[in-house]
Amino acid sequence: MSMTITEAILARAAGQARVQPGDNVWVNVDILLTHDVCGPGTIGVFHREFGAQARVWNREKVVIIPDHYIFTADEKARRNVETLRAFVREQGLPHFYDPGTPSYQGVCHVALVERGHVRPGEVIVGTDSHTCTHGALGAFATGIGNTDAGFVMGVGKILLKVPPTLRFRIEGSVPPYLMAKDLILRIIGEIGFDGASYCAMEFAGSAVEALDIEERMTICNMAIEAGGKNGIIAPDEQAIAYVRARTNKPFEPVFGDPNAPVEREFVFNADRLEPCVAEPHVPSNYALARERANVRIDRAYIGSCTGGKLTDFLAAARILKGRRVKVPTFLVPATADVAEALIREPMDGTSLVEIFAQAGCEDIAPPSCAACLGGPPDTYGRTRDREVVISTTNRNFPGRMGSKLAPIYLASPLTVAASAVTGHITDPREFL
Amino acid sequence: MATNHIIAGQVFVLPDNIDTDQIIPAEYLNLVPTIPEEYEKLGSYALAGLPEGFPRFIRHGANKTEFPILVAGRNFGCGSSREHAPIALAAAGVRALIAESYARIFFRNVVATGVFYPLESAERLRDVFQTGDQAEVNISAGQIRHVPSGRCFSLKPLGAVAPVVEAGGLFAYARKSGMIR
Repeated sequence: MSMTITEAILARAAGQARVQPGDNVWVNVDILLTHDVCGPGTIGVFHREFGAQARVWNREKVVIIPDHYIFTADEKARRNVETLRAFVREQGLPHFYDPGTPSYQGVCHVALVERGHVRPGEVIVGTDSHTCTHGALGAFATGIGNTDAGFVMGVGKILLKVPPTLRFRIEGSVPPYLMAKDLILRIIGEIGFDGASYCAMEFAGSAVEALDIEERMTICNMAIEAGGKNGIIAPDEQAIAYVRARTNKPFEPVFGDPNAPVEREFVFNADRLEPCVAEPHVPSNYALARERANVRIDRAYIGSCTGGKLTDFLAAARILKGRRVKVPTFLVPATADVAEALIREPMDGTSLVEIFAQAGCEDIAPPSCAACLGGPPDTYGRTRDREVVISTTNRNFPGRMGSKLAPIYLASPLTVAASAVTGHITDPREFL
Repeated sequence: MATNHIIAGQVFVLPDNIDTDQIIPAEYLNLVPTIPEEYEKLGSYALAGLPEGFPRFIRHGANKTEFPILVAGRNFGCGSSREHAPIALAAAGVRALIAESYARIFFRNVVATGVFYPLESAERLRDVFQTGDQAEVNISAGQIRHVPSGRCFSLKPLGAVAPVVEAGGLFAYARKSGMIR
């Protein structure tokens, strides 16, 4: 029987000729990712279960990227980064991106890709639910907890149930006012917050093929917001060239059979979609931006693994160039590479940093997860009281960005920037 | 994990889509579950992220809950992969969790840690149970009894993860099956 890309990757990693949905298989892991919030607990489980002298199964395959609580005075948060440093020294781990040093990167999912740790056909597990981002380069990638991660750290294997595949074909072309965020919010709105529970979400079609890698990451990143186990896009020439430019490690892409049976196929036409928001308090609360113009906002936020990549800031700059924001607008580049590009990258001769400064945005913060998930009370951009926020991030659950009373609207960087200019939810077509 | 016992006590009732930020708000993720005093502390913050209007899950100043049984709706535990979430509930004294359905990673974390049984009901129990009602969960019989009315409701079998839960979690299961020493 023919296999989807997700099944084909899991079969290869399990050393089997074929697998089918529902099979429980032990799979060899290529990359284990962890960070400062779940790393110390993972290390705790690893040493508790395998002993104080235990060694990780493969030093090359453990990647540690602190990113959550970096710029905080919180003592436990600082201790947690110290715990990671001590573990890295103890185990001699080569892939550690240490805060306060030139190797510091920022948000783990963007850094993992930028630093060449994501390769087509591989199996990536991470102690963060947004690990599904890495399917954008044709890998099987999923989020796990500390206990699973502690196990992987010791033996390099994980027991996985092969998920059935939901295929989302997005045909047509993406209009200039629409972004990957609008596509994935539309999909989540259609199938619901648990519409892809336990399933692989495979994204295909001409509109997906036309997206750049960062936009593909945005789509796969939010698979978890519909309950998906992984998000995945077949690797094409663009994906392979992107990876080759970032690593010398050999890799062998895996492709699915286009005729492989899937659980269900959904078809969308990108030309007919419109800029949208997800209203409080679940990402599946889909609404058109133009139909929510009555919602006044108190602040705008651009950042995170979902919406803090260079593509996201370039999109925001298209709107903000030559305009002024009406509400405090917080900008948090995902990684050091993105932060550097904001200084270097010109748009019509002006750097993005200058464009944002002239628009009246807040000073650009150093890269980290920042207020996307609230964090300690001194976290940059953390919401207060009943502030209404429009954000490029991934979740709008109560209290997600700090205050339990603050309603959060999720949107594309274009829609967030347009709304920042007017002070209410605004369809970016008004400015494009 | 022993299956031949009955868990009895007060029920705390929750709606659909209780996400991990409501179970344990992100500001407490600086606590590390494998450090014993921080494990206890996580318990004291269990369900601290519920919006205003909910009864308190843990009385002010207390470390443990008076509600050992949670009855929840669909998609319980959606959102983050933080294992702090099932651990906070267990540390607070939750002994049985019955939802209509679970988000995948949360369910997996409950199974891997072996902290309590992740049970599923076929019916919408939250239309029957109210916070504070007495209930009895009989794991081996696969039943929950609503004490005030005497009504019984069946729970779904655990399925493929049953051996892992019964072994007491991922590591115990892996040792039992010879996967690790």
